[in-house]
Parts: sequence; structure tokens; C-alpha cells
Amino acid sequence: MNAVKGFQVGAFLKNYNVMIIFVALFTFASISYEHFFTTLNIFNVLKQASILGLLAIGMTFVIITRGIDISVGSVLALSGVLAANLSKYGVLVAIVVPLVVSCLIGIVNGLVVTKVRMDPFVATLATMIGIRGIAFIATGEVAVRIEGVSESFYFLGRGDVLGIPLPIYIMIILFVVMSFVARYRPFGRHVYAVGGNEEAAKMMGLPVDRIKIKVYVLSSLLAGIAGIILASRLGAGHPVVGDDYHLQAIATVVLGGTLLTGGVGKLSGTFFGVLIMSLITNIFNMQGNISTWWQNVLMGVIVLLVIVSQAAMNREGRGVRGWKGRFRRLQQSGV
Amino acid sequence: MQTAGDVKVVGKATRYVNVIDFLKKYGVGLALVVLIVLNCVITPNFMSVNNMWNIVIQSSTVMLVALGMTIVIATGGIDISVGSIMALSSVAFVHFLPHGVWVSLVAAIVVALFFGFVNGGVAAFFRIEPLIVTLATMIMIRGIAQLITDGRVVGFIHTEFTQIGYYRIGGIVPIQLVIVAVAIVVVYFLLKKMTFGRYVEAIGDNRKAAQLAGINIHVTLIWVYVIAALMAGFAGIMETARLSAADANNMGMLIELDAIAAVAIGGTILTGGRAYLWGTIAGVYIMQIITTMVNMNNIPHAYSMVVKTLIIIFAVYIQRSND
Repeated sequence: MNAVKGFQVGAFLKNYNVMIIFVALFTFASISYEHFFTTLNIFNVLKQASILGLLAIGMTFVIITRGIDISVGSVLALSGVLAANLSKYGVLVAIVVPLVVSCLIGIVNGLVVTKVRMDPFVATLATMIGIRGIAFIATGEVAVRIEGVSESFYFLGRGDVLGIPLPIYIMIILFVVMSFVARYRPFGRHVYAVGGNEEAAKMMGLPVDRIKIKVYVLSSLLAGIAGIILASRLGAGHPVVGDDYHLQAIATVVLGGTLLTGGVGKLSGTFFGVLIMSLITNIFNMQGNISTWWQNVLMGVIVLLVIVSQAAMNREGRGVRGWKGRFRRLQQSGV
Repeated sequence: MQTAGDVKVVGKATRYVNVIDFLKKYGVGLALVVLIVLNCVITPNFMSVNNMWNIVIQSSTVMLVALGMTIVIATGGIDISVGSIMALSSVAFVHFLPHGVWVSLVAAIVVALFFGFVNGGVAAFFRIEPLIVTLATMIMIRGIAQLITDGRVVGFIHTEFTQIGYYRIGGIVPIQLVIVAVAIVVVYFLLKKMTFGRYVEAIGDNRKAAQLAGINIHVTLIWVYVIAALMAGFAGIMETARLSAADANNMGMLIELDAIAAVAIGGTILTGGRAYLWGTIAGVYIMQIITTMVNMNNIPHAYSMVVKTLIIIFAVYIQRSND
């Protein structure tokens, strides 16, 4: 009887660990810092998180297919730069063109991964370098101010609806929608199938290549949206932004429980992963006296700890095949 | 009647196969030669000895890192923390310099060894994806380096050590060439002449099979990441000599990407397996020559990035189409 009960606790911990960590952190912060639980602060945190959140949604889908997309930072930059450059032609052009370009980049990424059969890391590494180069060429390596555009453009990054900043709405809506798609729409099911077992998916008749391309298009498109929002917020398109956004995005996705080996992952996990990262940064700021350098060290340590503990919890429990059996097997392999 | 020694057995079909094999084996080298020839023609002053040495010197850091990266990737892993390890080794070196050059050298190497051990240990024992482990350590290690120097560039004056950055044997041959040559020889032996190399490629091919065959995965992987970290450490020391300073913020930034690109161009597949050492070496020089070519022809740096993208995609495509 006890064994069954313990199993349930274990399963609960395993499935909701990200949410639990988030709640714990949130509670800690609310208690420790009096300025934490204020509308202003929470909105700030969420606003910062929204950019990363958009990238993380796309990244989740890509990683579930056993791929990766490290070009998102560059796409974000290019998108912002294009939006800024074209702002003199009006809001519509400034928004539509970068989005179209982002989609095209996604198609290129997808094609290189599926047709050239390149490893996604190398493929998106290549596009990352190239797109960053294009962004530099388009701006002559300086930031481009947004000009000649109506207030409506700035509304994207700086506006409020019912008192809540617009980017937050965008992030939450997209998370909810994409979560629904992942779970209940055929596309979502197909993505999981391709990631879980590509051969089996192919034999089931799924258009594996087409699904993969769509996933990369999704990732780039979301990066494009994020880029426009960021440019709107900054008031300029900087070709150098997003330098390590892809790494943060990957970290949040992995924190959220998605496995790099594909087939497993939840957008809800990614959502809390994003919140956790933003929360930690906010806590650092609240603490005030932690230097930026310490923040980096601690961030790295925290990510490592969370991942290690997740790996430990995901082991199939006891026995020679599991965590406890590890040490017995180590002895046998002569370490 | 055809005997076993004859090459052209069935005319056209065999010749076709030979061309593909040739491309696969020597494709990268061929690309390198083409690039060099192209530059000799269109770039002024390319053929000068000075320029050749410059290429060797400027690519030496990436070369060291790429050599270590080849071994890591051959096991199916990856190490994106090498740039940070470079920075921390450099910082450790400068930090201990008041105690003498040898002490600082030891300090830098110990730092690299330690974090290589951490990378390999966590990746092997906890079975976590190397990308994630080295992502975390990358952030952490650079943070530590920035912590020690408080984010400032720490310069030093040490005439003998700085020689390592600028010394030329016989007044002509840059010492970097010797360092790189030694590193290449060492890695060549490790990968191709020692059982270690066989283990590495076996793990990359099929980890389970390698384990069942009796290969000690954990120890081998730890060694692999330690070697990669050591290479990064040496690269950091070399950079420090040239800069006469430790820059925790910028040293080694993004160098892991150059290294990975070189390895990919060289033919080693990221999922692991056969390690194409000479391919990596050619890849490093291809990337360096592209940068040099763009510089010397007064083209904005950004264009070199686009060219590199095309080269990477093209190189991998050539090699893939042979599978």
C-alpha cells in the first residue's frame, strides 16, 4: 500500500516539477522582497519574459522533433532591423515584410535540414551566421532608428490593453493556442510522432519532411514576431541583439521538461521554464548587491542543478537499470 | 579477364564511383586548394609569405579548439563551453602571474582540467545531453572569470612570456605554427594511432554497442572532454600571450561556433562516428581564408559571414550526398 502511495508522489513530483519550482521561487520572492509582489514589477518581469517566451514556444516544437534551431537570435535581429528600415513605408509594411522574411528563413532552415540532410545544429548554425551577416549588411553595422511611423507601431511593444502590456497578451495567447495545437490538433500529434520515432512516423505515412519544415517555419516566424515587438519597444532595430537568446530559449525548454532526444515535451513546462528564468533574474535584481558576474555564475549553477535533478528523477527508479543500480554498474565497468 | 588488382572493372560505373569516393575523401582539401588559388588570382598580396604567416597565426586559436572539438563531436557530443574555458584559463594565468610564469601556467591548465572533468563527468554519469551540460558550464565559467576580474580587462607586462605571442623561429617562422603542429600530431596519434581513438569513434557510432563490447564509456568520455578543455586552455594561454591581457568578457566568445563549423566542414558528423581530422584542419583554414579574403578585398566583414554560411551548407551537402 505504501509503495503505491509513494509512487504517486514521485509521479506528481516528476510531472509538475517545473511548476513546483516556479511556485516555490515565486513564494520565496514575494516573502523576501516587498517590492516584488507589485503590479509594476510583475508586469516588468512578464514583459521581459515575453520575448524569450515567443522564442521558447518555437524552440519547443523544434526540439520535440529532435532538432534544434540556434538561428532564432539572428532572425529576431534581422526582423527588427527590417521593421526599422521599412518603417518609413508605414506600419503594415513594417510588420508584414519581416514576418514574410522570417517564414522564408524558416523554410530555408527546414529545407537544409530535410533535403540536404544536415544536422539541425550545423544547419541552423550556418543560417545563424548568414542571417546575422545580412542584418549587418542591411544596416551598415549600426542600429537603425524607427522613424516616420505612426503611434500604432510603438503600440506593439509599449502599449497597454486594460492596463496590461500588449506583449504579455501576445505571449500568453500564443502559449495557450500553441499548447492547444500541440495536444489536440493533428499537426501537434504529428510533431510528437516525428520526434518520438521518425522511422515509424514515416512508415505510418506521415509527411515527415513537410512536418519538420513547418516546425522550423514556426520557430522562425515566432522569432520574427519577437523581433518586431523588441524593435517596437526599443524604438530601433539593432543588428546585434539576440546574441545568446537561442541559448536561453534552449535552457528554458529543457528546464520545462522537454527532452533533447525528442518526442517528449510540454508547452506548459516551457512556459514555467521561461517564468523561472525571468524570475531568477528579477530576484537577482531585487537583491541588489549581486553583481552581474555572480548572476551568471548562479544562473549556470541553477540550470545545472535543475537539469541534474530532473535527470535523476526521470530514472526508472530502483533496480540495476535505474539510478541506484548505477553505482553497482559502475563498479562492474571498472571505474 | 579482370584480376583482383584491376581498377576499372566495368567501365563507366566504376569510374563514377571513383569520382565520388575521391570527392568524399579529398573534397574539403580540394575546396581549400580552390580557395587558395582563387585568392592568389583576385586578392592582391595574397601570395606573400607575410600573409601566409598571418593566416597561420590568426587561425591558431581556433585550430586548437577545433582539434579538441573534433574528438568531442566524434563521440556524438558537443562542447560549447570551450570559449569560456579559454577565458577562465586566461584569467587564472594572469591572476597567478605575480607568483611566476610556471605557477600561472599550472594554474591555467588545472582550471581547464577541472572544468573538462566537470563537463565529462556530468555528461557521462548523469546521462545529460552534452549540449545542455556545456551550456550551463559555459554560462557558469564565464561568470567566474568575470567575477575574478570584475569584468575588467587585466593587462600585464612580462617580456619573456609575451614572446610566445610574437616569437619567430629564425626570425621567420611564427611559434604558433610549431604549437599548432605539435597539437595536430598529438591529436592525430590520439585519434588514429591509439586505442583511445577507436573507443571514441565506437562510442560515437553506437554507444550501447560500445558499452557491451567492453569499452568504459564513462572514463573515455571524461577524457574526451578533458582533452577538449585542455586544448581550450592552451588556446587561452596563447591568446593571453598575444594580448598581454586577460579579457573575461570577450575572450573566446563564439569561438566554439567557429570550431564546430570547421569540424562540420571537415566531414565529421555531429551525431558521432568517424573523425575526419584533416578535414577539420582544412575547415579551419577555409574559414580563416574566407575572413582574410574579405578583409583584403575591402569587403565589409558581414559578407564573410554570408559566404561562410554557404560554404558550410555546401561542404556538408557534398559529403552527405555520398551516404
